[in-house]
Amino acid sequence: MNVHRTNLPAISATRLGKRYGDRWVLRDVDLDVPAGTVLGLLGPNGAGKTTTVRILTTLLRPDEGTARVAGFDVATEDARVRARIGLAGQAATVDELLSGRANLELVGRLYKLGSRAARARADELLERFSLADAADRLARTYSGGMRRRLDLAASLVAAAPVLFLDEPTTGLDPRSRNELWNTLRELVDGGTTLLLTTQYLEEADRLADRIAVIDAGRVIARGTPAELKARVGGERVVVTLRSEDQLAAAAGALAPLAAEPPHADAGALEVTAPVSNGTTLLGVVRALDDANVAAADVGLRSATLDDAFLTLTGHATHDLEEAA
Amino acid sequence: MTAIADPTTVSTATRLRWAVGDCLALTKRNLTHVRHVPEKLIDVTLQPLMFVLLFAYVFGGAISVSGGSYHEYLMGGIIVQTLTFAIMGTAVGLADDMGKGVVDRFRSLPMARSAVLAGRTLADMIANVLALGVLVAAGLIVGWGVHDGVGSAIAGFALVLLFSYAMTWAGVLLGLLVRAPDAAQGFVFVVIFPLTFLANTFVSTQDLPSGLREVAEWNPISAVVAAVRDLFGNPTGLPADPAWPLQHAIPVAIAWSVAILAVCVPLALRRYRLATAR
Repeated sequence: MNVHRTNLPAISATRLGKRYGDRWVLRDVDLDVPAGTVLGLLGPNGAGKTTTVRILTTLLRPDEGTARVAGFDVATEDARVRARIGLAGQAATVDELLSGRANLELVGRLYKLGSRAARARADELLERFSLADAADRLARTYSGGMRRRLDLAASLVAAAPVLFLDEPTTGLDPRSRNELWNTLRELVDGGTTLLLTTQYLEEADRLADRIAVIDAGRVIARGTPAELKARVGGERVVVTLRSEDQLAAAAGALAPLAAEPPHADAGALEVTAPVSNGTTLLGVVRALDDANVAAADVGLRSATLDDAFLTLTGHATHDLEEAA
Repeated sequence: MTAIADPTTVSTATRLRWAVGDCLALTKRNLTHVRHVPEKLIDVTLQPLMFVLLFAYVFGGAISVSGGSYHEYLMGGIIVQTLTFAIMGTAVGLADDMGKGVVDRFRSLPMARSAVLAGRTLADMIANVLALGVLVAAGLIVGWGVHDGVGSAIAGFALVLLFSYAMTWAGVLLGLLVRAPDAAQGFVFVVIFPLTFLANTFVSTQDLPSGLREVAEWNPISAVVAAVRDLFGNPTGLPADPAWPLQHAIPVAIAWSVAILAVCVPLALRRYRLATAR
């Protein structure tokens, strides 16, 4: 909890919908993000995360519903919204034929910072995103991670009160990712409202005050990271078998130890089950041994987004992509 | 926290000043591109020089015009043709921008939405002025000159720049309509090439077969070329009984420029809003 938090929603959406032809890519999306908090929009590719961000940043008009950002309607007061937001979209939006510094200065000028302030701000952000050494090189010579960092720096030029980041850490190495997380945490502690999309539960867990899980254009679950993790369960035990005819026996052996009914995957010859905290690997091996199941491999791992999806939607994320 | 530039809370004068600032910032961006990729200037430097020399020395001996030398006749045509063809750079450059994420960045900023287009046309106009300088120098080499005084010559240059600015907006519109930069290039070629040749650009309309002659004489390019020749004091090569637009070439050329702007600017702005709202 931080001192800047108020009950005023910085972002609110009511029954947002977007369709292409008769295919709805977004339907009935309600969001409510209090000022100074972080909402993580979690979902697989094609779930509607980017569409939501594009509507909230005035780049796309919704076909249904309304949304307000920083107190203004995104459809009818779009200019006022743009004056109060920063955006780092999913595709890096840097100008490849300008240097990193020139990119940031241009954005600063367009935010009406004045040339001196724009230059100072560019220097500050280049330093913060470890781009100072490459500041005067053309952006097209940058690596993917450097472009991503330049793009994120551009979204911070005006220190806008509401920030939208679409999969901000995609393409970043672990060190840059940690630095970005720290930077974002500082901004939010300073009162910035942040909406970020991610495919990674860990990222949402680390940054978000609240998470909305989005799947096939609809919000299917929402809550704090702790609430969602409680629903998804903590660790998973994964048993890999040698033959398909032992799937049922293995599932039966795991059932007493599992928090939810085990999930048998005949293709992968795997049985997966969420387990309660007290369960040890040794206990699992014993239970399998007692049931005369010869496992090729037994392991414990933490819950992943796939597990979250399995629990929340009843189908795996890859089933979705195949169906799409 | 930095002050936020909300265009709806400031006076009209400030908003206008901001819009001009946005446009200049985008103009500077486009010119910086040219500085980093100087090859982009070939079509406004080496190409016009090549055209002048080729036409002057290859066709110069074969074509004669009444009332003066072909070299003097040629320059008005080649200036208008070169600056009309320059819309290819506008269309390709804009189509290229539209295909990249950078336009999303611009559209999410509190800036005048027209600045992306206006900045493009301003930068291209600066390139056009450069091309005009190269053409004048090349013209002087092959024996062309102005003969009706400095004021009239300046009026001629102003007229051709006005027309080329109008055509730049046609290039903007085209760049927004095509799906890929390559398409813009092909389209400009199949439209502008016949447009600039089916005119009095290189030959007098007098010698064209009936039907084609009427098309050429009503072609806006012909009016602009005839007006420029008139203002430069060069031979106009007009037939004894030219069609109405060629009898009033200067006002007709201005009217065409204004008409092209009046149609293309609002259509381009509308198209920009639509193309980017999908």
